Amino acid sequence: MTTNPAANSATALRLEQVTRHYHMGDTVVRAADNITLDIGAGEFVALLGSSGSGKSTLMNLMAGLDRPTSGVIFAHDRNLAEMSSEDLARHRTHTIGIVFQAFNLLPRMTLEENVELPLRLAEVDRAERTGRVREVVERVRLTARLTHRPTELSGGEQQRAALARALVNRPTILLADEPTGNLDSSTGDEIMNLLREINESLGMTIVMVTHEQPRAERYAHRLIHMGDGKVLSDGRSR
Amino acid sequence: MKGRDLAELALRNLRESVLRNSLTTLGIGVGITSLVALGSLGVGLQNLATDRLAKSGVFDAIYVAPKTRTPGFGREQNPGTNPDTPPVPLDADARQRLAKLPNVVDVYADIRFPTEIHFDGKPYQTVVAGVAELDKTEGAFDSVKGSFFSSAAADEAILQIDFARQLAPQQTDSLIGKELILRYAERQALPPDPGSKDSEPAGFSVVSKDQPLRIVGIVDTDPAGGFGPYGRGRLFIPMQLAERLRATQANDLRDLLRDTPTKRNYESLTVRVAGASKVKDVESAIKNMGFAAYSILDATQALQQVFAVFDIFLLIFGSLALVVASLGVINTLVMAILERRREIGILKALGAADRDVSRLFFVEAGAMGLLGGIIGVILGFVISRAINLGTNFYLARRDLPSISVTAVPWWMIVAAIAFSILVSLAAGMYPASRAARLDPVQALRYE
Repeated sequence: MTTNPAANSATALRLEQVTRHYHMGDTVVRAADNITLDIGAGEFVALLGSSGSGKSTLMNLMAGLDRPTSGVIFAHDRNLAEMSSEDLARHRTHTIGIVFQAFNLLPRMTLEENVELPLRLAEVDRAERTGRVREVVERVRLTARLTHRPTELSGGEQQRAALARALVNRPTILLADEPTGNLDSSTGDEIMNLLREINESLGMTIVMVTHEQPRAERYAHRLIHMGDGKVLSDGRSR
Repeated sequence: MKGRDLAELALRNLRESVLRNSLTTLGIGVGITSLVALGSLGVGLQNLATDRLAKSGVFDAIYVAPKTRTPGFGREQNPGTNPDTPPVPLDADARQRLAKLPNVVDVYADIRFPTEIHFDGKPYQTVVAGVAELDKTEGAFDSVKGSFFSSAAADEAILQIDFARQLAPQQTDSLIGKELILRYAERQALPPDPGSKDSEPAGFSVVSKDQPLRIVGIVDTDPAGGFGPYGRGRLFIPMQLAERLRATQANDLRDLLRDTPTKRNYESLTVRVAGASKVKDVESAIKNMGFAAYSILDATQALQQVFAVFDIFLLIFGSLALVVASLGVINTLVMAILERRREIGILKALGAADRDVSRLFFVEAGAMGLLGGIIGVILGFVISRAINLGTNFYLARRDLPSISVTAVPWWMIVAAIAFSILVSLAAGMYPASRAARLDPVQALRYE
């Protein structure tokens, strides 16, 4: 499996004075407040913080699911703020892979169909799709479960399937929002091992939102602590 | 997303809420059913009217008359010519010139005269009309019981059913093969006046004559529906026989006053043309020759306008059901957005563009429209057949010939399905744009 050539760029994500404000009635909520960050290609970064600290907002901004109120975000030197919604959709298809805490597999589709979905959106030829799906499903060790529906899979299997779906378009950046939040400890470790393996073998940049400090320290290269929409600390893990 | 993938996803979505989507599709189907059923009635009635006219052979006929200087008699005036110029006579020469015009198949005089029939020892008053040989194949006498004339000059007669009922009230069919005597007033030329240098006779005499005829057929309907040369005719004889009889006609007295009183002028001639499409050209050529000309095409254009308005009214009433059905489509798709909010968020997170999401909803709406259209066309066809059956059952009980009051032509099938898809797509516009505008972050939070 190879990754997008854009991964060669030294900086995968660069955020310059990014703010994201929400209005709740008369109150302005500063979910991201003047954040400046550089995430290098191939880094494994953990975004830590309590609920409402702004880490998921930041992840949504990096994914291009949301736009900043001010500031700029570069993904491999391409400014997301200047992109049309079509371009942002293409950015999510080709550059970004996303894993959610709640797995977010489509319940009426089999595992194979769920994993194939991003390939349909990327308009990959049908002939090529089967091979690509098998390749990523094998990587997450779910080959025996291809024809199963999400309800027939365990939580760990569902998250592995979601990981396979995130990888199938060979993105350069993987964004994981609390990927172990719904899993027990050993299954969570299993997923974290997979993420590390992907990071090391493919050189894929991983940004993981979590509130589990020990796990973040064990697997991530870099820990960014957030609070009240601000970066409180940014440093290498021990 | 490619079209095939879009279609697969849309059909998968439709299968998910199969009951709700089936009911919505059925709603569209019912709307299209009412459109097709009413449309088929409109087309059927129009066909019924125009077929009767077409079968009468009047569509390829032009009625030619001399231009008159007397205004107000319904004949065409000649506004461009000097009122002192005498009108071009419609005589044997004119008839030959008309016959030589391109695309003219036949030219014959409109012969119609009052007569007294003697049958079974009793006299009956009626009107005789000459029938052109062309009408054997052109449908005016399609419904004839018995047969058409064996030749264009045969001593044979076809009776109109009303007249046949006068002759034999109970059993009109028994008249076929029987003989009757046609008594008529023959126009005979007088010998030239010996005292006059002019060789032209001073006039003609009128003599009573009898002509035996064998009844060969009976027509149920009034051929030409009262139009053209057969209008008001109750006894029909072959055209050549009608000409040979030289029966006195209404305009013969006018001939007496001309310089050449024995030279026959026609009151009117019928010019038959090779197909209705040639009528216009031939009609203008005849007008250029100095005659008044009239064709039924002018009348049918007005008829078509009436039916167009009638069809519009039928379609408006039929469309009401479709309007209700389109509200059903909107409701179903809006419900689908609420139910699939999270799924739309996932699709967008995976890279679906707004356009992909809106197209997905459009395809779902279009698929419901297509299926509803097919169901509607089938049901509409069944109902139109039922209307026909019911009508003919009623007619059969009243001893009337069967007719087709509804018609579902192929273009109506195509148009109904296309319309169904279009209406569904239009109904899907709002839900599709709403789904496309859904904020993925909000949608992903939705439980």
